[in-house]
Amino acid sequence: MLRLPPFDFRAPRRLAEAAAILAGEGDGARVVAGGTDLWPNMKRRHQHATTVVSLMGIPELAAVDDGGGELRLGATATLAQVAASDAVRRRYPALACAVRSISSPPLRNMGTLGGNLCLDTRCTYYNQTEPWRRAIDFCMKEAGTVCWVAPSSPRCWAHAASDAAPMLCALGARVLLRAHDGERVVPLEELYRDDGIDYLNKRREEILCAVLLPAEAAVEHCAGSFWKLRRRGAIDFAVVSAAAAAWFDAGGAVERLRLVLGAVASRPLRVVAAEELLAGRRLDEEAVAEAARLARKAATPMDNTDFQAQWRGLMVERYAAAALRQAAGLEPGIRPPHHPL
Amino acid sequence: MSEPRNVEPAAEASRVTATLRVNGEDHTVVFPVHHTLLEVLREGCGLTGTKHGCELGECGACAVLLDGRPVLSCLVLAAEAAGHEVETVEGLQEGNRLHPLQAAFADLGAAQCGYCTPGILMTAKALLAQNPEPTAEEIEEALAGNLCRCTGYRKIVQAVAWAAAILRGEEERPPEEAFLGSPLPEVRR
Ligand SMILES: Cc1cc2nc3c(=O)[nH]c(=O)nc-3n(C[C@H](O)[C@H](O)[C@H](O)COP(=O)(O)OP(=O)(O)OC[C@H]3O[C@@H](n4cnc5c(N)ncnc54)[C@H](O)[C@@H]3O)c2cc1C
Ligand code: SF4
Ligand code: FES
Ligand code: FES
Repeated sequence: MLRLPPFDFRAPRRLAEAAAILAGEGDGARVVAGGTDLWPNMKRRHQHATTVVSLMGIPELAAVDDGGGELRLGATATLAQVAASDAVRRRYPALACAVRSISSPPLRNMGTLGGNLCLDTRCTYYNQTEPWRRAIDFCMKEAGTVCWVAPSSPRCWAHAASDAAPMLCALGARVLLRAHDGERVVPLEELYRDDGIDYLNKRREEILCAVLLPAEAAVEHCAGSFWKLRRRGAIDFAVVSAAAAAWFDAGGAVERLRLVLGAVASRPLRVVAAEELLAGRRLDEEAVAEAARLARKAATPMDNTDFQAQWRGLMVERYAAAALRQAAGLEPGIRPPHHPL
Repeated sequence: MSEPRNVEPAAEASRVTATLRVNGEDHTVVFPVHHTLLEVLREGCGLTGTKHGCELGECGACAVLLDGRPVLSCLVLAAEAAGHEVETVEGLQEGNRLHPLQAAFADLGAAQCGYCTPGILMTAKALLAQNPEPTAEEIEEALAGNLCRCTGYRKIVQAVAWAAAILRGEEERPPEEAFLGSPLPEVRR
């Protein structure tokens, strides 16, 4: 039986109290929201904590606020709530699509948007039970010194597995972080580092409080799309995902576009070369094909999840093309994923 | 922010006393605060209908309803469930009468080894409360987090659809083949 290790559990009702506990308890304290990532990780002894602080009792963190301009999604809104939210479905349908693709219905009733954005990076050699990992010796992401995926590599290549993150980065979302000593708002994109171990650009005690979606990324101004590949239509994590957000000028050419890939780097990966190539051009078949090739070049799929890395590289091209085609209003060219709106 | 290397689990498990409301009854139980709802339902409340599967959120065997919504009890702390309504498979039948879902599963052979069944029944119950006339696709979608290694799912989808019809007060039974299987093709010697 896989039991959790012992820890102290705190469930504050106020954000300031949660921030104070995190500041006071030091390295041993960490937050939990839905627990759908933290509990499995603690059961497998990947992640450790002496004190776990639940955010679920703090009402102000759960609210979804739509003033018609910027949309504010509370960090502890569950994925089911985000996907069902009228504001999200109406104004940011591509985000609703990405969120609906996550895990399975019961997990979406539990998992939160904030937890999804802070999700641990994943790797076949890491997401295993402790005896399994001990048997081949721990890798660099834990107590060891070697990376089993790329033994001569000085870094860990565990991949960013969140599905909401690439979509929200493409839409230009920002996040509000708060600690006992102050708060800051940063572009979500800047929350991530391309490092499988040290994957978040934030201090341990900073709580992600809300996601802010700009009005300019709403569907009346911006065409968004999300495509995800996995073995089964539910439960499985993405092995490749592609999110696009495009703004067109009056003549129908691309004014601005963001293309962000998931599961092929230790962070959501922006394909800047493709974005630059497409700026000012019409998003036709030829432009899409060129941009998709650049996406494949930028991605570094490793042999650390389902399917062969080389094939996933090929799929990066297909899925990036599908996302771009859909943003351009063309036929996506591949079968729709199993999670229609 | 990287994982700290120097964090040891707390040596002593702190215990809590809490009252869980399960199937409309209060259970006051004492348990270590790091125990999951699954563990406390089975070990503290003696309700062993809810099953241990993967214990990692991947199979749905442990699904119960929390305030009417399906959740995976292997990933909820019992302490977090206090103050909420928990429903498990034990609460489905009324006296000696099976719930229409249970009756349909039994009659149609939608349970074989039965290990996935409690989780599926509870998830289906939540679906029918929300959507009394689900299509086959909607049933599949709602049950997408519940694995079954025996039935191949067809019978499960049929049984949920039939239970929905019974709950709507309709009397039509599924075709006879659904109960007995289709006749075997004739073998020529
Ligand atoms: C079987 C299975 C399948 C899954 N499939 C997918 C999938 O397809 N796509 C996908 O994206 N995810 C998937 N997940 C991962 C996970 O369920 C979701 O990402 C979920 O949204 C995580 O949210 P949570 O609230 O449960 O996170 P938690 O487990 O509570 O937290 C995750 C991490 O974030 C930290 N954290 C949580 N909230 C905050 C906050 N507000 N501020 C700062 N730090 C915070 C925690 O300390 C922890 O380290 C899957 C999980 C399982 C078990
Ligand atoms: S990529 Fe390498 S170091 Fe990182 S988790 Fe996998 S095996 Fe470990
Ligand atoms: S035992 Fe909870 S999902 Fe498998
Ligand atoms: S009946 Fe055996 S797993 Fe479903």
